[in-house]
Amino acid sequence: MTDLLTERQQLSYIAAKAADARLNVELETEGMTLNIGPQHPATHGTLRIIVRLDGEQVVWAEPSCGYMHRGYEKLSEVRTYPQVTTLVNRIDWLGSFANEVPFILAAERLMEVEAPPRAQWIRTILFELSRIANVTLFLGDLGVQLGAVTPVFFAFRDREHVLNLIESVTGGRFHPNFDRIGGLKDDLPKGFIDECRLGMRKIRNFCDEIEDLLIGNEIFQARTRGVGIIPREVALQYGLSGPNIRASGVDWDLRRDQVLPMAWDKVDWRVWTHPDGDSFARCWVRLQETREATKIVDQLLDGLPSGPIMAKVPRIIKVPAGEAWVSTENPLGEMGYYVVSKGDLGPFRVKIRSASFNNISVASWLLQGVYVPDIITILASLYFILGDIDR
Amino acid sequence: MSDTTDTTTEEPLALPGDGLREGIVDELRRRLGESLVDTHLKPNEDLWVRVATDAWRPTGEALLDMGFEYFCFLSALDWLPSPYGRGEDDPTEPPPERSTEVVQGYAGGDTRFQVFARVTDPRRHVAVTIKADVPDDTMTVESWFTVYAGANWHERETNEMFGIAFAGHPDLRHIYLPGEFEGYPLRKDFPLLARMVKPWPGIVDVEPMPALEAEEGSGD
Repeated sequence: MTDLLTERQQLSYIAAKAADARLNVELETEGMTLNIGPQHPATHGTLRIIVRLDGEQVVWAEPSCGYMHRGYEKLSEVRTYPQVTTLVNRIDWLGSFANEVPFILAAERLMEVEAPPRAQWIRTILFELSRIANVTLFLGDLGVQLGAVTPVFFAFRDREHVLNLIESVTGGRFHPNFDRIGGLKDDLPKGFIDECRLGMRKIRNFCDEIEDLLIGNEIFQARTRGVGIIPREVALQYGLSGPNIRASGVDWDLRRDQVLPMAWDKVDWRVWTHPDGDSFARCWVRLQETREATKIVDQLLDGLPSGPIMAKVPRIIKVPAGEAWVSTENPLGEMGYYVVSKGDLGPFRVKIRSASFNNISVASWLLQGVYVPDIITILASLYFILGDIDR
Repeated sequence: MSDTTDTTTEEPLALPGDGLREGIVDELRRRLGESLVDTHLKPNEDLWVRVATDAWRPTGEALLDMGFEYFCFLSALDWLPSPYGRGEDDPTEPPPERSTEVVQGYAGGDTRFQVFARVTDPRRHVAVTIKADVPDDTMTVESWFTVYAGANWHERETNEMFGIAFAGHPDLRHIYLPGEFEGYPLRKDFPLLARMVKPWPGIVDVEPMPALEAEEGSGD
């Protein structure tokens, strides 16, 4: 494995191995199986992890999921296209609007309709707002998992502004169900643009606070730097996506690297990567992405085009036969839908590719050899949403 | 191989601007030869490739070698039309006649079940969807576990949801369902019980609205 690591990673790897060797000579311990979850203060939702310990060290780990499996792929087959967005809202419940977009785009691609420019821009704004709502909670929750209680209060305080913005547009704080085939349900409400600018300023302040309080904190860095290193090749093979893969040095962002009828290519922003691939890198990349998202929203508000928000679509939507795959860069990573249509009112088959399922499947590889307190750090930095694993 | 020419007549492969995906098809054909059964190319959009069942794992290896390092997903398709429709039948009526004809999607196919996977080249930003038929008698394809480590969980999920076995997978335990669960939920002939135990209200709600009842009463 060492040949896959950069020089910097190799040094920390060798140091860790040397420490382990010393420990193993000094202590003869018996193995023990520890069951973390399904209910545990340090897990979001109900992910259960079974670890086999040798002293303080993990020798084998296996996440056990399925406690929240809701069978959305099967349910989609008995629903019409507009009804499916209600289901997929609940996959990643912290960034719900972002779940609707790739499904709607896939249906639009099959129908060969495209939303008018204004709808595309508002979609992108709401998409980035749900990214901020999602990642701010991560940044706050991260502190709790490492024993710092303050950041989570900051996170909930400032996330509220974003949720209020989403509510003012869509009427729903968590499950907007706002995206329609061919456009959006409604236009932006009066006064939204000023409110949104104010909200973005608050989020940027929050990012600065978190950077001072948490990311720059000495204890935080000691707990996360060099812990849970995922080399580039491993990250790609397991299909890690989003900030997790960018923290392993892969410069790949689906917002920039594919052609979609969305507005990301109209604004100036950058993709952040980090070469280290450790827990710290993953947290750092997420923090930078939150800042970048506020910049994207600000620029989109500046250049918001006028015009209709719905394309001409029939009242009863029948999608022509065909197959389409659309994925977008969701807060957690690549989220995509493989939609198979037979020309019916509802999809024939929907394969939902959610980011957390792949992101957490690396855990059994990654947790081998780490110490018990690091399990929590690593899982926190991988950042999964249970609904996104189990679908 | 022969089907490729069919695709060419339907929609010309030589549309300008998608030399990238055509190059991928050519490279795959060079590496796989006769095992590459069919392709479907939507210029500047997406690429589907169907390979022979025996070539499922070698295809994965070839793709990994060609730079498709990122494993996106692996799953299966059941092309049998559902015998229950959308679960909206009136239980008091005899069930309607439904087609049982198995019609495969892009890049064709010969069997009811197909496995399909998607891999991406993170450098060239291009992805390809690979399909392969699953033989009806053995219901087995080779595992991609040794090629893409991430296929592990996806194959476990496909196995429990469709009943497709993956030869060479070390541990095909259930991942979502309880260990003793019987049946394969994502097969089309597995009924969606929520629609079976309680009839679809849109169809069988035959009680008149209270207001209508009152009107009828006054009329008499």
